[in-house]
Amino acid sequence: MLASLHGFIAAAHLTTRELPLFGCPIPAGFPSPADDHLDAPLDLTRHLFRHPASTFLARVSGDSMIGAGIHPGDLVAVDRALRARDGSIVVAVVEGEHTIKRLQLRAGLPWLVAENARYPPLAVDRDLGLAVWGVVTHVIHALAPEGAGSGPWAAGR
Amino acid sequence: MFALVDCNNFYVSCERVFAPQLAGKPVVVLSNNDGCLISRSDEAKQLGLKMGEPYHLVRPLLEQHRVQVFSSNYALYGDMSRRVVQVLSGFTPGVEVYSIDEAFLDFGGLRLVEKDLLAYGIRIREAIARATGIPTCVGIAPTKTLAKLANRRARLHGTHGVLLLETPAQWRAALAQTPVGDLWGVGRRYARKLTEMGIATGQQLADLPEPWLRRHLGGVVGQRLWRELHGQPCLAWNPAEWADDDHLAPDAASRHSVTCTRSFGRPQREEAALREALATFAAKAAEKLRRHGLAAHLVTVILGTDRFAPAVGPATHTAVVSLPTATQDVALLTRAVLRGLRQLRRPGVAYHRAGVLFSGLEPAGKAQLGLFAGTAADQQRSQQLMTALDKLNARFGRQTVRLAAAGVGKQPDGQPTPPAWAGRAAYRSPLYTTAWHELWTV
Repeated sequence: MLASLHGFIAAAHLTTRELPLFGCPIPAGFPSPADDHLDAPLDLTRHLFRHPASTFLARVSGDSMIGAGIHPGDLVAVDRALRARDGSIVVAVVEGEHTIKRLQLRAGLPWLVAENARYPPLAVDRDLGLAVWGVVTHVIHALAPEGAGSGPWAAGR
Repeated sequence: MFALVDCNNFYVSCERVFAPQLAGKPVVVLSNNDGCLISRSDEAKQLGLKMGEPYHLVRPLLEQHRVQVFSSNYALYGDMSRRVVQVLSGFTPGVEVYSIDEAFLDFGGLRLVEKDLLAYGIRIREAIARATGIPTCVGIAPTKTLAKLANRRARLHGTHGVLLLETPAQWRAALAQTPVGDLWGVGRRYARKLTEMGIATGQQLADLPEPWLRRHLGGVVGQRLWRELHGQPCLAWNPAEWADDDHLAPDAASRHSVTCTRSFGRPQREEAALREALATFAAKAAEKLRRHGLAAHLVTVILGTDRFAPAVGPATHTAVVSLPTATQDVALLTRAVLRGLRQLRRPGVAYHRAGVLFSGLEPAGKAQLGLFAGTAADQQRSQQLMTALDKLNARFGRQTVRLAAAGVGKQPDGQPTPPAWAGRAAYRSPLYTTAWHELWTV
């Protein structure tokens, strides 16, 4: 029992430095033919956090960016170290509040534009450095709702 | 050359990263249990609020000036500190974390590549501000003591918050403007003694002969101070070593004990509450032991009564339990803690704080096997259990898996019930970066 629990945790929580010890801890029985060919399972955090120190995760509230595929409740990865460019989706500070919008240059002036017709564009009225908190690099959208009853092991199936 | 980088008003600055509307406003952060002020924004300092002032005493002033008050959010501050240190390590391999908001950098042979250290310091400051939003000051000098001095003066006398003291003339001028008590390594008692002798500034102290400092300032400690003030580095260097998940592993050999103590929100008399509290502290301290690869022989249980009540005898009581072999197993350590509690607790007494202290430390896995310690298979099982425990808690959140002794209550939202003995934190901001259920929202 303990051996299988340890195996599960080892697979799920690998760092890219370690190779998994899938070999059985009890030194009897046949070694797996896969043992010599193991690759570390893919690590999603390395993919999302190119700059771990400056990347923050946030949850999206509101539907202002739904046209860009960013839905309420989605997770976004926001990197403060990237420079925002024309067309970047950014987290901006507007009147002391955070908001997620696309940065657009119109006639050389910066605007924060929604991807939802219900929201008007906002002119950036101060130093762009102060207005932009960070650049959104990834959005994680769950296709199936989270919670009990959604997995193949849920009761009642 | 060394640099000392420190974060300005660190806890307040962390709060401001996620609450940008607080820029330019007076903000304070309260200590554990909302006891006193431990961080103040510049605007709050200008209102006359002092470090360490008890919250209940300054509350009218805070309300009058609409000062924003936060309870300490250590999960957030710890995460932001980790990020700052990660940025620093991109500038030099030698980073020594001094406290949650300060680190020394060893520039070593950087001089050969970077001719302009002042510009380098400015780049460091800008990189931290860009990556984390935390404002910092940088002091650069040939020794740690002088770097700390340079950092202290960087705010008012530096260029963009960075001050470089390169030549003896530069650091002597800085020392001349520094009261001797403000020097790193000169404590209050020594400062008083020196001022009484007419030695008021750092320069006056540095001008004295080395044997004088050796004689009057604690022997070799005084001698090291003299050398540091003269640009000769001789303090120990304890660089951070990167461990898993980019968590820092401070030099394990230098630890003498691992502790976890807390003040209670309300005094506790009942055995059940004390057992639960101490089991929780034991679990946290045991986790710290494992994180540093250490095992403990000695378990000290601490109970404190009201420090401020007029009473007979000491306010703090301890019991020590010694273990046959050093261990990092939470079950064994908790059992020892609860045994100590049973010895220590006096019925009817109200306790205001409690804690555990694990000492007699040695590297885990090298413990001598005792006659009654159990077999090697038992030890391996215990190790596997502890590893699984730590990984589950790292993945699903602190205290997800714990001994029942540490409390089992759960709230409707699935979070553990805050225990009866937990400290007050009435104004804590969300765990923006460390908890899924309190994640920063945009």
